[in-house]
Amino acid sequence: MDLFLQQIFNGLTLGSIYTLVAIGLTLVFGILHIPNFAHGSLYLIGGYVTLMVMKATGVHYFIAIIVSILVVALLGVLMERIVFHPLRNSPPIHDNIAAIGMVLFFEALVQLIWGTEYQRMLTPFGNNISIAGVAMTGQRILVIVVTVIVVVLLTLFLKKTMMGASILAMAQNREAAFLVGINANKVAMMTFAIAGALAAIAASIASPINLVFPAMGHLVILKAFVVVIIGGMGSIPGAIIAGLILGLTESMGATYISNDYKDIIAFLLLIIIMTVRPKGLFAKGVY
Amino acid sequence: MEKIFNQRNVIIVLIIFALVFPIIYADNRYVMHVMTLGFIFTISVYGMNIIAGYTGQLSLAHAGFFAIGAYSLGIITTKTEINFWLALLLSVLITSAAGFVLGLFALRTKEHFFAIYTLIVGYLIYLMIDKWDELTGGVRGLIGIPIPDPIGPLTFETATSMYYLVLVFLLVSIFVAVRIVKSLTGRTYIAIRNSEELAQTLGINTRFNKLVSFVISVAFAGLAGALYASLTRFIGPEIAGTNMVFSFLMYLIVGGIGTLSGPLVGTMLFVWLEQFLKGYQEYQMLIFGPILILIVIFSPTGIVGGFYKLKDKLQNFRKIKKSRSAKPVTLNSDEK
Repeated sequence: MDLFLQQIFNGLTLGSIYTLVAIGLTLVFGILHIPNFAHGSLYLIGGYVTLMVMKATGVHYFIAIIVSILVVALLGVLMERIVFHPLRNSPPIHDNIAAIGMVLFFEALVQLIWGTEYQRMLTPFGNNISIAGVAMTGQRILVIVVTVIVVVLLTLFLKKTMMGASILAMAQNREAAFLVGINANKVAMMTFAIAGALAAIAASIASPINLVFPAMGHLVILKAFVVVIIGGMGSIPGAIIAGLILGLTESMGATYISNDYKDIIAFLLLIIIMTVRPKGLFAKGVY
Repeated sequence: MEKIFNQRNVIIVLIIFALVFPIIYADNRYVMHVMTLGFIFTISVYGMNIIAGYTGQLSLAHAGFFAIGAYSLGIITTKTEINFWLALLLSVLITSAAGFVLGLFALRTKEHFFAIYTLIVGYLIYLMIDKWDELTGGVRGLIGIPIPDPIGPLTFETATSMYYLVLVFLLVSIFVAVRIVKSLTGRTYIAIRNSEELAQTLGINTRFNKLVSFVISVAFAGLAGALYASLTRFIGPEIAGTNMVFSFLMYLIVGGIGTLSGPLVGTMLFVWLEQFLKGYQEYQMLIFGPILILIVIFSPTGIVGGFYKLKDKLQNFRKIKKSRSAKPVTLNSDEK
């Protein structure tokens, strides 16, 4: 029983991180209909900026995260302006290729600046706590708490502010959004900034558990795609539920089936779902 | 002047160059090896061009199928006594069969979903090769793949003979690709690329045609993979990795996606560029990544497409100049 509870807890931690990355991905897809393969690069840069700010200046973990959020949000905006905006009228294949170009670029950039070795990120939350037989580190609790706070704040932003409402409006119906005078450029930039910020937060809170290295974005982005497709492209509640499902499935699979094949589980899940429902579960009509 | 540079002459010169090349560099095994490797990748990129460039479906599982071809040949030749040529044929067939099965399911998805689906399938193929130790050798790879068996008096022990063997396969592949693209089938693929709905309205069976073009493209990858295995004689799981498929994609885009000579131009250019920049291997992408983006934004049909556009412009310009000097006032529309 203890093992089971432990795995639920681990699954929630893992799922929280997937959720944060996937929300950014799904927002971008909902607004611009781009599957941003380069989202993993934002995650990667987010992790490194936090680590390097802490190392170089010795400031508190949270301050480093805030710096990282700002840097990566700006990077997201630049990505939209420099790459995706000029491609807005091109066939979809071009967006994918450009995104892949960015993946290659950012990975090489990180290697050039910060080297290829695996690095540890130390945080003030390394202490161990044990509740009802479940061993947890402060960091893992932090992951769950931060995710809940971020998701609540994001929902409030989307529902209660004008800017948020215009993002939702554009996701629901582009043409109608233009008709009522929503500025497409502003919304696109805003969406990329939010997606970048979420990726930076996810990377910063996950890195103390998973280490920081140039390929850290690969698996996360692939899994975020799994989450987004399960949850339905463009749906935030879908991303939250699917993220947690994937996290729990993986941690259960790793314990009760095989640790070697835990990555395969997620991908097989996706292949099965897309084979049965080519547009993903919960897909709403035609995009 | 223009007559000398027509298409047929350029092709003849290129083929003669390819035939004479080993004589110039006969002693330089390194140059021969890189050239042969370039040809093999070119075959694979031609396959990618058919599905991505002409049918318009971006398949990111291409490296996975390249690896299936390579591992099929490797496993058959190292673990059984089957003749090399039969093994080569079997590898292509196995790869095509795998492509057929995947295509049945993958092609139900469209556009972005197809790209994501195939990306994940490619990654699964990589994981399978990496984890299935008993069959594939896992991370250690597969060692000791034999060179091709001799055909009569022809042996393939030297780098030069391997070069000619691969060259033959390359020429046949290019010929097949050109025949497909210029046939009604090729036009069907282009119709699907330009608008699947419209193609359907015209009575084209889009699912069947997409599947056939996918299997053809995969067969190219399988052939290239099998040749790669017998050239390098050692294969590891990284040939199925995402970096490999991104490389193929880069060759294709920079050369010219949806053009007939693009795969050759792009692949040979990059294979040599990568050799010259070998010292900076990790940092190559700092330049190549942005090049990929710039090409997609400013010249979506790559170097070859850009070249033809420029040529068209020059020709139009000359025509206008000519007609102006002949009849300075009226512009003769018949001349167009």
